[in-house]
Amino acid sequence: MAMTMVEKILARATGQKTARAGDVVEPKVSLAMSHENAALVINQFLEIYKDTGLKPKVWDPDKIAIILDHRVPAESAKTATNQKKIREFVAAQKIKKFHDIRGDEGGICHQILPENGYVLPGTVVVGTDSHTTTHGALGAFSFGIGATEMASVWALGRVLNVEVPKTIKVVAKGKFGRYVLPKDFILYLIGRISAEGANFKVLEYHGPAIQKMPTSGRLTVANMSVEAGATSGIFPPDEETLRYLKEEAKIKGPIDIFGPDPEAEYDQVIEINVSELEPMVACPHTVDNVKPVSQIGRVKVDQIVIGSCTNGRLDDLAIAARILKGKKIARGTRMLVFPASFRIYQQALQLGYLADLVKAGAVVMNPGCGCCLGVHEGALGDGEVALSTTNRNFKGRMGNPRAEVYLCSPAVAAASALTGYISDPRKGGK
Amino acid sequence: MARVVLKLGDDISTDIIYPGRYMATVLPSETPQYAFADLPEFNSELRSGQIPSGSVIVAGKNFGCGSSREQAASCLKGYDLIVVAKNFARIFMQNAINLGLRLVVCPEIEAEEGDELEILPDKIINKNSGKEFKVEPLPKARQAIIDAGGLIAYTRQRLLARAASRKKA
Repeated sequence: MAMTMVEKILARATGQKTARAGDVVEPKVSLAMSHENAALVINQFLEIYKDTGLKPKVWDPDKIAIILDHRVPAESAKTATNQKKIREFVAAQKIKKFHDIRGDEGGICHQILPENGYVLPGTVVVGTDSHTTTHGALGAFSFGIGATEMASVWALGRVLNVEVPKTIKVVAKGKFGRYVLPKDFILYLIGRISAEGANFKVLEYHGPAIQKMPTSGRLTVANMSVEAGATSGIFPPDEETLRYLKEEAKIKGPIDIFGPDPEAEYDQVIEINVSELEPMVACPHTVDNVKPVSQIGRVKVDQIVIGSCTNGRLDDLAIAARILKGKKIARGTRMLVFPASFRIYQQALQLGYLADLVKAGAVVMNPGCGCCLGVHEGALGDGEVALSTTNRNFKGRMGNPRAEVYLCSPAVAAASALTGYISDPRKGGK
Repeated sequence: MARVVLKLGDDISTDIIYPGRYMATVLPSETPQYAFADLPEFNSELRSGQIPSGSVIVAGKNFGCGSSREQAASCLKGYDLIVVAKNFARIFMQNAINLGLRLVVCPEIEAEEGDELEILPDKIINKNSGKEFKVEPLPKARQAIIDAGGLIAYTRQRLLARAASRKKA
């Protein structure tokens, strides 16, 4: 039987020859990731063992990753106490893939996992974060779950009662134009199929424009696949995947890769010619409210955010630095920069990108989720407008339901910083 | 009979159900106070106990989209609310089933605040309009969890069964 990527992965993870959309399976988990919400996972995990007479012990401490990123350094006593509980649990259960608040190994979970080689193609990855879809960039079936579900995974090493999802095949042809980036591609796709267009399904990415896309861009696309409702966004692994895993994630030894069968059955096929795309902007208050930048009109921006798990990688910072180098951010507009990890922070420091950004007037923050979800810092004032390279613009997302958030690529964000208005990067000087 | 106490539109995100700024609060016993915190009137009706358990929130498409935060389900479970929506986002639906929050998928639902609904396994009858609307079953993969009374109980059963079979062997 011909299988899609997710069907093949789930067949392997359940030790069966085949898996077909609609089957109910209990796949083995290769990596189980949590961040600060591990505090709730721990609570639910202990609850499972209550009155059983069994000792609470995670199924495999080497397959659990915990990264502190959502509120770092802690903004309140409550958060700090949760983080302390997590450290105690990590020590007691001997969990090694733990990334604390440190300048040598910290960062955002969705960058820490790939850059440390924790994710392998063809495996099942779960995370207590909706953007766990990110790791499909490396050919894994990677999806978000809630804290109680994670507690169950910690106990059993499997996700219980998963229905094998249907798959939408996305075929991208053509060549990206100047300052048209993977972020514009995924914003366009979400706008086209809507915020629930792929609900309960997998987006599987193919085509010449995908083959040429570097892993950093694939991570952006997979990250935001959940904004179309997708359970996961999967890039069948290829030469670029192997390059990333060997050169950047420093994986030694052979890596087993496989793709979907050519005859696999898809729910739908969507073709996109990327040559026709322009820089895109998602307008308040839904991610699928997407327009080309040329149709946005004059929108004054109070706060610009570059970074996050979506667009805080080295090439994102490079493009912003290139646009802002030697220039000044418009008065009345402030810019916050969040590199996705401290490895990226150090690289951007050495390459001079951070200096270029700071001299232009940007504030470089420590790697972390920062203001993206409005829990920690960088909140918006009443009536203010943010333009951000992050992944969500829901009402209240950046901490204030009386503010507005627009989403865009790092190129649009940097070009807009110079003018103070949402601007097309293709129109600026160099 | 269940009364509609709140009517919402499409794409109600977890940021609206449980704003991110309260995410440091995690325990299901503590989350209900922040349910719909940015809809202050409804939030205060909930907190002051004016809304009886078994009351209904009616919403459009894609209810619970966004973050995987389980607080969005636990805060509603704390008041024993029922959510009737045209459809639900995947992670929210799973969290709700795992915690025992009652969801009803009803693609054609028409109801206003104050309406009385009779919720049956296969249909909803709106007593005010007299109209009936078909109910879609929840994903079959989740039935075992619902039957066990939630994922904690279900996982506990599985753990104990595994421990017993190991003892035998």
